[in-house]
Amino acid sequence: MNFDFSEDQKMLKEQVSKFLSDNCSLDVARDILESDKTYSEEVWRGLIDLGLTGTAIPEEYGGLGLGALELCVVAEELGRAAAPVPFSSSVYLGTEAIVKYGTDSQKEKWLPKLAVGELISTFALPETNSEPTEKNIKTTFSNGKINGRKIPVADGSCSDIAIVVVKNTDNDHIALTIVDLTSENVKRNQISTLDPSRDHAEIIFENSDAELMDTGDEGWGAIENILNSAAVLMAFEQIGGAEASLNMAKDYALDRYAFGRQIGSYQAIKHKLADMYVKIELARSNSYYGAMMLNDGGADLKIAAAASRVAATDAYNFAAQESIQTHGGIGFTWEADTQFFYRRSQVLGLALGSSITWKNKLVNQLEEKNIS
Amino acid sequence: MDFNDTKEEADFREEVKNWLKENASKGEKVGGRYDAIDVQEDALSRARDWQAKKAEAGYAAITWPEEFGGLGGTAIQSVIYSQEEAKYNVPTGFFEIGLGMCIPTMMAWATKEQNERFVKPALYGEEVWCQLFSEPSAGSDVAGVRTKAEKDGDDWIINGQKVWTSGAHFSDFGIIVVRTDPNVAKHKGLSFFFLDMKSEGIEVKPIRQLSGGANFNEVFFTDVRVPDSQRLGDVGQGWKVALTTLMNERLAIGVPKSADYSSLTRAAKEVDLNDQPAIKNDLVRSKIADWYIQAEGLKYTKMRTLTALSKGETPGPESSIGKIVSAPKMQDLASFAMDLQGAAGIINDSEIALLHSIFQSQWLSAAGYRIAGGTDEILRNIVAERVLGLPQDVRVDKAVPFNELPSGR
Repeated sequence: MNFDFSEDQKMLKEQVSKFLSDNCSLDVARDILESDKTYSEEVWRGLIDLGLTGTAIPEEYGGLGLGALELCVVAEELGRAAAPVPFSSSVYLGTEAIVKYGTDSQKEKWLPKLAVGELISTFALPETNSEPTEKNIKTTFSNGKINGRKIPVADGSCSDIAIVVVKNTDNDHIALTIVDLTSENVKRNQISTLDPSRDHAEIIFENSDAELMDTGDEGWGAIENILNSAAVLMAFEQIGGAEASLNMAKDYALDRYAFGRQIGSYQAIKHKLADMYVKIELARSNSYYGAMMLNDGGADLKIAAAASRVAATDAYNFAAQESIQTHGGIGFTWEADTQFFYRRSQVLGLALGSSITWKNKLVNQLEEKNIS
Repeated sequence: MDFNDTKEEADFREEVKNWLKENASKGEKVGGRYDAIDVQEDALSRARDWQAKKAEAGYAAITWPEEFGGLGGTAIQSVIYSQEEAKYNVPTGFFEIGLGMCIPTMMAWATKEQNERFVKPALYGEEVWCQLFSEPSAGSDVAGVRTKAEKDGDDWIINGQKVWTSGAHFSDFGIIVVRTDPNVAKHKGLSFFFLDMKSEGIEVKPIRQLSGGANFNEVFFTDVRVPDSQRLGDVGQGWKVALTTLMNERLAIGVPKSADYSSLTRAAKEVDLNDQPAIKNDLVRSKIADWYIQAEGLKYTKMRTLTALSKGETPGPESSIGKIVSAPKMQDLASFAMDLQGAAGIINDSEIALLHSIFQSQWLSAAGYRIAGGTDEILRNIVAERVLGLPQDVRVDKAVPFNELPSGR
């Protein structure tokens, strides 16, 4: 029985944790929240210097050639710090999409630059207020050009390239394309979201040049595949954030006195924090299995990814909101740090699609496996 | 990451498999959980035979030191044995409390001679033990026991009542915590004994539960005489001894296998909601997913615990979440499955009800599992205090003599 991360992976986690606690306090997130900056260039540079943007990029393309498990431990620490950087967009989504579905020449062209942080990438999927599906994608690809509108695109203003989900009008299939966001025929508008410590944009493509990627005959399945991988990685980021929320609430419950004693001695508070702990451990255990399936390319990846995501979203949303509740009035102020986790929990919880959608995917898998 | 055995574990598993193949029966299930009214003498006798065989082979107490008849093995070996044994229909449910809680307490506190006398017969299933802690007025607050013991020469005279005692009706011996001094604070006036359950003055009566079953007893003590030599720990040190037992209780008490997301999925395929199978309904799907992540979360939490054991490490605190999650899940899932059936959800005739009324039965018994072995609330206190390091609640009874505490009913 070896259902745990390896010593090397734990060391990597420790290293990232140390870097972030030295360089990415919540003041860094506050700086992004309160300024026009889209991300912390210093923290991003530091992550690049640690080689983390190339964690899972094969060595032949300039990466570290490590696997999903290493990305999981990095993700958890980024979540704990509520780091204001485009790591999830660029690494879990953009880079992973190219590793999985880029042609050889696309890999040669883009991966080395992504590995060394010369470029930031993102993944552009949603278009409307409705959850994206195979049927409602309206952005089109034809003859090397795309047209359409994507909103919201995480890190859309600060990214250099995007993996854009399109309908290929030549064959009516869902396809993936790589688009240079800095080109003239791409319009980008930064949009206001719940979490201004992360950049989001509306992107409008008007006959923009696009490179078709090689998804074979997978169609929408390729999108699902990319989302499943990202769901596991993001679950670890959510778990990190949830634990940070719990710890913040716990510290406050020990410091704060009311009615003559520490509020942490009241069962109403204790049980709330115990419930946070339980949800976090359930999420962690589900996500360990998700990580194992992702790393092994296991047959259970679909259901394990859905379970990881549903559990982690539940844990983070609960921990972040109940952390504010534990803090009382001070937790609702602009100066309090509780807000970073409250905001980030929703951004991560919705980024890859809602819990309703993922729960449906989970039960689809149960039906497919004919579990009953 | 993997779920594979190490080489040593695989070797041990192979050895256990071979032994079970030779010695265990795959036949019809017998025994199971004993019933205090319908005493299954036959099941007990078969369980004794099986226990003796296991003990002879060293598998009855794998982690115990060899001097006590154990194998001197590791916790992971014990788990491996249990996993393999579970594939056979061997009788269980009679010796867990004795071997899991009572005898480990004896091993920690009794004299060498006493252990020589009692450990082996318990291990071989010749003598059954029970644990006499809870009382009508002392449940979650188990240190609030009122059953008293008064010194009389070299003996103690016990009077009072214990409750929720599993297996008291077929037990030969028991461990008991009693109040020997009501004039000092609650925790300080307790003492701990072991006693012969066939002693004069002990009366065992089954308790019929809300669910209709009778898995427990109440035990009445009227002038029961116990020699002072059967005291474990000093007079007034009973709480410290009891903690030894309770530490082991956390390992021994769990929640039985129950109808889970898979049964609910099956039910949702069989019943209709708005003229289509309920499984098509998004609310139903959402609920199934919620319970799936709980069930799978616990399953993989267990894998994390086993990983720690496999590496010879102490498992992390995550192992404490099990019953907080599983007991309410039993109840909520059953309740939801009944809701799916509309008015018919109340029918618990197994011939008529959906899936042989598993949900109805489970709903009834789940109310007890949320209480047994630590209520939902007490378990949350434990997580908050021991895992998260939050302070204890203010204890108004701490510095007050026990006999001056308000007692209510």
